[in-house]
Amino acid sequence: MIHIHNLSFGYKKGNLLFQNLHLSLSRGHIYGLLGKNGAGKSTLLKNMIGLAYPRAGTCTIDGADASRRSPQVLENLFFLPEEIYVPALTTAQFVANTACFYPNFNEQEFYGYLTEFEVPRQGRLDKLSFGQQKKVMIAFGLATNTDLLVMDEPTNGLDIPSKAQFRKSIASALTSERCIIISTHQVRDLESLIDTLVVLHDREVVVNQELDKIGEKLLFTTLAVTDGYEVLYAEDSFQGKHVILPNQDGIYSRVDMELFFNAIISGNRPLLQMLNQNQLENAI
Amino acid sequence: MEFRNNEAIYLQIAAYVSENILLGKWLPEDKIPSVRELAVELQVNPNTVMRTFEYLQNQEVIYNKRGIGFFVAPDGVTKVKKHRKERFLQQDLPEFFRNVILLDIPLAELQQLYEQFKSEHFTLN
Repeated sequence: MIHIHNLSFGYKKGNLLFQNLHLSLSRGHIYGLLGKNGAGKSTLLKNMIGLAYPRAGTCTIDGADASRRSPQVLENLFFLPEEIYVPALTTAQFVANTACFYPNFNEQEFYGYLTEFEVPRQGRLDKLSFGQQKKVMIAFGLATNTDLLVMDEPTNGLDIPSKAQFRKSIASALTSERCIIISTHQVRDLESLIDTLVVLHDREVVVNQELDKIGEKLLFTTLAVTDGYEVLYAEDSFQGKHVILPNQDGIYSRVDMELFFNAIISGNRPLLQMLNQNQLENAI
Repeated sequence: MEFRNNEAIYLQIAAYVSENILLGKWLPEDKIPSVRELAVELQVNPNTVMRTFEYLQNQEVIYNKRGIGFFVAPDGVTKVKKHRKERFLQQDLPEFFRNVILLDIPLAELQQLYEQFKSEHFTLN
């Protein structure tokens, strides 16, 4: 659904945030976009949906150039920024003013989500707390039923029950037609929802792979002694070393997304090569 | 639902579905929750639940009525027991035997403990 080809982008001249970046995203998946602070996660999302213009290369949504911002594309995508803006309107007024831009908006679903999130319907949106405002916008975004749903740090500011409710809502929102992209630092909030990890590092997308595939290639475990093991990456903990090993025997282990991310941003070449090996083979 | 780290989530969900069938919560020919309903309940990706259902379908524990949903197979209970037994014999029993041997526990003692446990927890009518 999304194709980013050869993207170069920078806010300042001579200071590129992305260089020759490639990324393809398909329907029917929940993508988790990870990257360090300042790696450009939000900027990548903005390029993706036409809120920022590539310096070189293209970002297309179903073949249409995102930067053209055509109504046909925009009515079928919803973007939830990290810092949300809500107007001085009531929920009902907001729906009356905004829902018309989304042909598949479902009002009943919207109020259903609000009830589940325990957000009051009365009163003005700008008088709600930040967390409540965020929940209104999440509910709205889900109810637009757009094929593309892009969320930048959606769980920031949500309380503990709301995070569980958020996971339920996302689980119910994914269809084979929908493509959901969530950037996050809180990987634990979204564990078992994200099916594909996208890691942005050093001006490139270095990983775009299904968690199941990562788990087939890498073994995540804890070892007291690492002698004799081909350790790709290790972190000390009081239980021993948390390690990533090549998964030679096809053993299942849950991908520890934090450990994996730390390994990637430490510039671990052997690990990256192991991950992307099969992709290269397939390409040839 | 809390998931363990050492087994694929789709298999853990399969065990959960199987458990409900064994407990009689979902009877043979009953419609089981949809992929979406189960994904919401367990807060997991619907693709994972889909994989669970495909797996259980291959094991003939559940079957698909096109356009309606998934149902417990008429002999679903037997099928679940057969698969769980295989898994138990392969995975849990060797570890159990290993302990029995290491700790020198005589079979007669085990037998006694087994009978006691059975009478305390599984009084069959």
